[in-house]
Amino acid sequence: MSNQAGRLIGAPALSAVRPELAKIERRLLLRGALSLGMLSMLTGCKLDDEPSVEAALSAMSRFNDKVQAALFSRTRLAATFPASAITKPFPFNAYYGMDEIRTVDTQKWRLEVSGLVTERAPWSLADLRKLPQQSQITRHICVEGWSAIGQWSGVPFSVFLDRIGADRRARYVGFKCFDDYFTSIDMATARHPQTIMALDYGGSPLPPAYGAPMKLRMPTKLGYKNPKYIAAITVTNVNPGGYWENQGYDWFGGS
Amino acid sequence: MRTGKPAHPLVVRVTHWIGAVAMLCMITSGWQIYNASPILPFVFPAWATLGGWLGGALNWHFAAMWVLAGSGLVYLAYGLASGHLRRDIRPAGPRAVWRDLIAALTFRLAHREGHYNAVQRLLYAGVLLVALLTVASGVSIWKPVQFGWITWSLGGYDIARRIHFALMSLIVGFLLVHLALVALVPSTLRSMITGGRIAPPSQEHGS
Repeated sequence: MSNQAGRLIGAPALSAVRPELAKIERRLLLRGALSLGMLSMLTGCKLDDEPSVEAALSAMSRFNDKVQAALFSRTRLAATFPASAITKPFPFNAYYGMDEIRTVDTQKWRLEVSGLVTERAPWSLADLRKLPQQSQITRHICVEGWSAIGQWSGVPFSVFLDRIGADRRARYVGFKCFDDYFTSIDMATARHPQTIMALDYGGSPLPPAYGAPMKLRMPTKLGYKNPKYIAAITVTNVNPGGYWENQGYDWFGGS
Repeated sequence: MRTGKPAHPLVVRVTHWIGAVAMLCMITSGWQIYNASPILPFVFPAWATLGGWLGGALNWHFAAMWVLAGSGLVYLAYGLASGHLRRDIRPAGPRAVWRDLIAALTFRLAHREGHYNAVQRLLYAGVLLVALLTVASGVSIWKPVQFGWITWSLGGYDIARRIHFALMSLIVGFLLVHLALVALVPSTLRSMITGGRIAPPSQEHGS
């Protein structure tokens, strides 16, 4: 503690006033201890482990979800970029390392559909390729702060939701992935014109590293809201939560 | 002549301390967020960060932002309405800044409670401007689609993120100078809590 106080006091601005320093050293020490005490109050004693603080933070996060939903525009589009801006190589990112990427036989893969829908038949990759396709070059932004520009193509999700007769008044769309990831989004974002079921990356079928055979691509949401390796979709009024969201990331995760 | 008015009005004191705690939370949780994907070849030591992990730090950051914005808005509204910003914070001319800076560096600048010298005015006006820009750049990387025009005007997401970091560094720089000056004139700490009393006009001031 005293070492840290020493470092704070040793700021360059004070080095020029050595004679005065001796006179006020005691006061300085007091100030240093005060500000450090404040800092350790906020960090050292794990204030955020306090149940009441945790409850307040999670209440604020839910409030912020509402603010984010209010700020979300159904028509405002994320910036698009020329092909020359694409990040190469586009980074792999998941809650596990690259050596644990799970693959599936794309011929046998079927997308399950459930919840508030009228058509529950599973979809094959060939079925999805018969639907209208759309391409985008957009910026993927990770909650960690880094970002990368990539090119995804696939079925506009609003088209798919209409094909399965999804209840437009339902609040959530949930995703279960065969890498045991799961997440969920609001219906407004699900129907956003740039929300697509990506089947291709860079003009070729989605490779395993990027979520083969299908991921949901939303440039209006952070990376952890863009599920890869999707196995099942459900339309519901009960918030299905998510892998990271249940651990503390904000649920809306909007950009 | 000794007026009965406090050197620091109640609104200024309350918003200062609420803002100070909120700003400290923003900076230390911001450091934890930075650590998740550093843009420079260093990370902040764990003891100086808030939140424990990225998710916790984000929750602190997005909770404290409302406190900071709230106290900031109340302060600015009061400052505009009462004339505090125009009277005490509006920077003086470069000659006055030079004169007071030289005086301060040679320890000849007397501190008079309730009166803001030219260096203080410049620092406070500067940190207020930097804080506003920090909020704008923060909003631009929080909502790069919904507030895309801010992100675009800052040169895009990646540059806006670096601007946000650079502005934080300026605020931390201000804090170091601010705390050093408080340490040199400790009575200012007391008057920022109790309000203090406006000192009579100095004879030598402006001579």
